Amino acid sequence: MGIPVEQILVQTVNGLVNGMILALVASGLTLIFGIMDVVNFAHGDLVMLGGFVGATTMAATGNFWVALLMAAVTIAVVGAGLQITTLRPLLGRDPLTTILATFGISLVLQKYALWQWGPSARQLQEPITGRFDLFYLQYPWYRVATALLAGAIIGALWLFLKRGTYGIWIRATTQDRIMASAMGIPVPWVHTAVFAIGAAMAAASGVLFGPMGGVTQTMGADFTLRAFIVVVVGGMGNLGGSILASMFISLLEAYASLFVSPAQAVIVSFVALILTLLFRPTGLFVPTPK
Amino acid sequence: MSDRPSHRGFWIGFVIVLAALVVAPTVLPPFWSRFVTEILIWGLLAMSSDILIGYTGMVSFGHSAFFGLGMYGAAAALLSVRPPNLWLAIVYGLVGAGVVAIFVAYFATRLRDIYFSITTLVFSQIFYVIIFTWTEVTGGENGLNFRQPALGLPGWAGIPFTPQTLHWFVLAVVTVSYLVLRRITQSPFGMVLQSIRENEPRTRAIGYAVERYKIVAVMLSGLFAGLAGVLYAIQNKFAAPDFVFFLISGEVVIFNVMGGVGTLIGPVVGAAFFLLLREGLSRYFEYYLIPVGIIFTLMVIFLPQGFLGFLRRQLNR
Amino acid sequence: MLSLTDVHTYYGKSHILHGVSLEVGSGEVVGLLGRNGVGKSTTLKSVMGLARPAQGRVTFEGRDITGLAPHQLPRVGIAWVPEDRRIFKLLSVLENLRTGLDRAGVDDARREKLLDKVYAAFPVLRERRHQAGGTLSGGEQQMLAIARAMMLEPKIILLDEPTEGLMPRMVSQIRDIIGVLHDEGVAILLVEQNVPLTLEVSNRVYIMEKGVVRHQAPAADLRANHAVIHQYLGV
Repeated sequence: MGIPVEQILVQTVNGLVNGMILALVASGLTLIFGIMDVVNFAHGDLVMLGGFVGATTMAATGNFWVALLMAAVTIAVVGAGLQITTLRPLLGRDPLTTILATFGISLVLQKYALWQWGPSARQLQEPITGRFDLFYLQYPWYRVATALLAGAIIGALWLFLKRGTYGIWIRATTQDRIMASAMGIPVPWVHTAVFAIGAAMAAASGVLFGPMGGVTQTMGADFTLRAFIVVVVGGMGNLGGSILASMFISLLEAYASLFVSPAQAVIVSFVALILTLLFRPTGLFVPTPK
Repeated sequence: MSDRPSHRGFWIGFVIVLAALVVAPTVLPPFWSRFVTEILIWGLLAMSSDILIGYTGMVSFGHSAFFGLGMYGAAAALLSVRPPNLWLAIVYGLVGAGVVAIFVAYFATRLRDIYFSITTLVFSQIFYVIIFTWTEVTGGENGLNFRQPALGLPGWAGIPFTPQTLHWFVLAVVTVSYLVLRRITQSPFGMVLQSIRENEPRTRAIGYAVERYKIVAVMLSGLFAGLAGVLYAIQNKFAAPDFVFFLISGEVVIFNVMGGVGTLIGPVVGAAFFLLLREGLSRYFEYYLIPVGIIFTLMVIFLPQGFLGFLRRQLNR
Repeated sequence: MLSLTDVHTYYGKSHILHGVSLEVGSGEVVGLLGRNGVGKSTTLKSVMGLARPAQGRVTFEGRDITGLAPHQLPRVGIAWVPEDRRIFKLLSVLENLRTGLDRAGVDDARREKLLDKVYAAFPVLRERRHQAGGTLSGGEQQMLAIARAMMLEPKIILLDEPTEGLMPRMVSQIRDIIGVLHDEGVAILLVEQNVPLTLEVSNRVYIMEKGVVRHQAPAADLRANHAVIHQYLGV
C-alpha cells in the first residue's frame, strides 16, 4: 500500500484517543435520547461551553483539574436549567419539535459564547506535559491520560447505571416511563438528572479536548454532528453501541487522514452514517431486531 | 376550501403587496431596495422549504445544499460561457440543485422523521466539505466571483440589469414561483402531501403511492430552492461555501417556523421578519441572534404554528 | 377510602368515561366488571393520574387527588398493576422489585421482611431473582407485577385483569394472593373478565357499561342471582 506501518499505528492511537473523547460526548447524547426521546441539537455546544468555562477557570486558578470539575458542574446546572425550562413542556411532542427547540438553544448558546469569550480560540495548557517515543513521533502523555480519564468516566457511568437505586430509576424510566412513574419514581426529575449528567460529560469532553485542539465558538457544530453520527451508527439509546461506534468512526477518520486532509476525512463518517441508515438503520452494533 | 369573501380578500391583498413590491425600488433608497430584493430571494428559498416541512411534514436541514448548488451551478455557467448567459445560468443552477434533489429524494423514501432530518443535515455538510476543499474548481473558501449576465433572449443582445430591473426580474420569478407553488399545494396533489404529513400509514393504506409523492415533493422543493440560489448568484455576483453550510438550512427552518409552516406566505413573512430584525438589531447589539434564538425557541414551544398560525387563530375567533 | 365522583375522562377526542362514580372502603375487595371497551382500565388510569379527568373528582382518605402526577400516587398509598403487566424487561426480577422497594423510610430490616414475604408468596421469584424480567413466562410476570406493587406497602392496589391469559393453576395463585392481601387489610379494586373469580373474592361488585357504572351490589347477591350478570355481560 505504500504507507509505513508506523504511520498506521500512530493513527490507530490517535483514533482511539479521539474515540474516547467522542464516546464521552456521545454517551450523554444517547442516554438523553434513550430516556426522553430528545435529539439534543445543542449537545456539541455544551461541549464548547464546557471548554470555555474550563479555560476561564484555568486562567484564574492555574489548575486543570479544578477547571475540569468547575466546567462539569457549571454546565450540569445549565443543562438542568435548560431541560426544566424548554424541554419539560415538550415532553410527549414529536421528536422533530425537540430538534427545532434544541436547535434554537444551540444558536443562543453559540452566540452567547461569542459574546462572552470573543471569536478567538482559547487554549488550555496540558496538565501533564512530557512526551514519550511512539515510533517516529514524540507523543504527548496527555493524550493517553485523556483517553484513560474519559474511559474512567464512562466506566463510572456504567457502574452507576448498573447498581444503586438511581441507576435502577434511570434504567426503569428509559424502558417504561409510565410504569416507572406509577412505581413512585419521580420521572420529571430523573429526566432532568440525566440531562444534567449528559451535559456534565459533554463539558468534561470540552475541557479534555482543550489542550489538544483549543476551544472555539464553532467547535460545537462539529461535535454535535459527529456525536449524532455515532449515536445513529451505534444504535440510538444504546450506550455500549455508541461507545463502540465512537471508536469505529474515529478510527475510520484517523485512517482516512492518511490519504486526504483532515477536513475531507470527515466525509468518511458521513458515508458511514448513510450506509448505516440504508442497510442497518437500528445501528451497526446492535443485533438485528426481530 | 375557500369562502368567496376570503378568496377575494386574498387576491386583493396579493395585488396590493405586489404593487408595493413593484414600486419599491423607485421610492426606497438603494440599500433598502436591494434589501427588499434579497428578502424576496430568501422568501423563495423559505417557500421551497415549506413544501417539505409544512406540507409533507419532512423537516429538511439540507436546503442549503439545494441553494448552494443552484448558486454554484449558475456560477459555472456564468464563468464558462462568454458572454455570461442568464438562461444558461438558470438551467445549470436547476440541474445542479436537481441532482442533489435526486439523492435526497432517494433517502426521503427510505428514512423517516429524525433520521431523514439528520441525513439532510449530513448531506449539506458533505457538499460543504467538498466545495470548501475542492479549491481548484470551486474556489474553496473564497468562493467564485463572476460578472452579472444581461437580461435577454438567446441570440439577441441583452440589456444589462440595473438594480431596479433586477429587482423586477426577481420579483417576477418569485411571484410566478409563488403562484405555481400555491396552485400545486391547493391541488389534489397538495392535499395528498398534507395527508402524508397528518398520517402517513393511513395515506398509504388508502392506496396512495406515498414514495412517489415524497419524491416529487423533494424534487419540487429542491428545484425552487436551487432557483433561489441562482437568483442570489445573479444579484450578488459571487458564490461562497458559507451558503452551503448547514446553518443556512437552520435559518431557513427558523423562517418557516416563525412565519408559520404550511402556508407558503408564512415562511416569506418569517424571512422578512428575520432579515429585518437582523438589520435593525445588529446595529445596536451585535449578538442579536441571542434574543432571536430565544424568541424562536419560545415560539417552537408555545406558538408552533408561527405568526401566521397565531393570526389565523385570532381571526377565527 | 377511595372514591370517584362523576368522573369524565377523554382519550384524545373520545369521551370514554361519562361520569363514573364508585367507592372502595378500607380493606374491601371491590370488583369492577363489564364488557371489553366499557372503560374499566380507563377508570383505574384516571385514579393513577395517567388519564386526566376532564370533570369530576377522585378522593383518597378525604384528600382530593384528581390532579396529582402519577409518581405521587404510591406515596399516597395507591399501587397499580396494569393490564399488560409492564414488567421492566431489561431489569432483573430483584431490580423490578427494587423499583418499589427502594423508598425513603424503609430500613434494611424492613426491606428483608418485605422481600421474604413476597418470596414466600411467589417462590419462583426468589429462584429467578437475578434473571431479566423479560425472560419470565406470562404467569411469572404477573406474579412479579403484583409482588412489585406489594413492595410499595400500599393501602389499595388497583389490579387490572390479573388472570388474563393465565393457566388455571396460576389463576389459583392469584386468588390466593388476593386473599393474603385482604387478610393484611390491603384494599383491592379488581378489574376482571373472569366473573366467577371476581364474585368469589370480592365483597362488592360494580358493573360498568359504556363509560358509566350501571349496577352495584354485594358479591353475595350476585352469586345468588345470575340474571343481572347475564343482563350486562351476557355470560
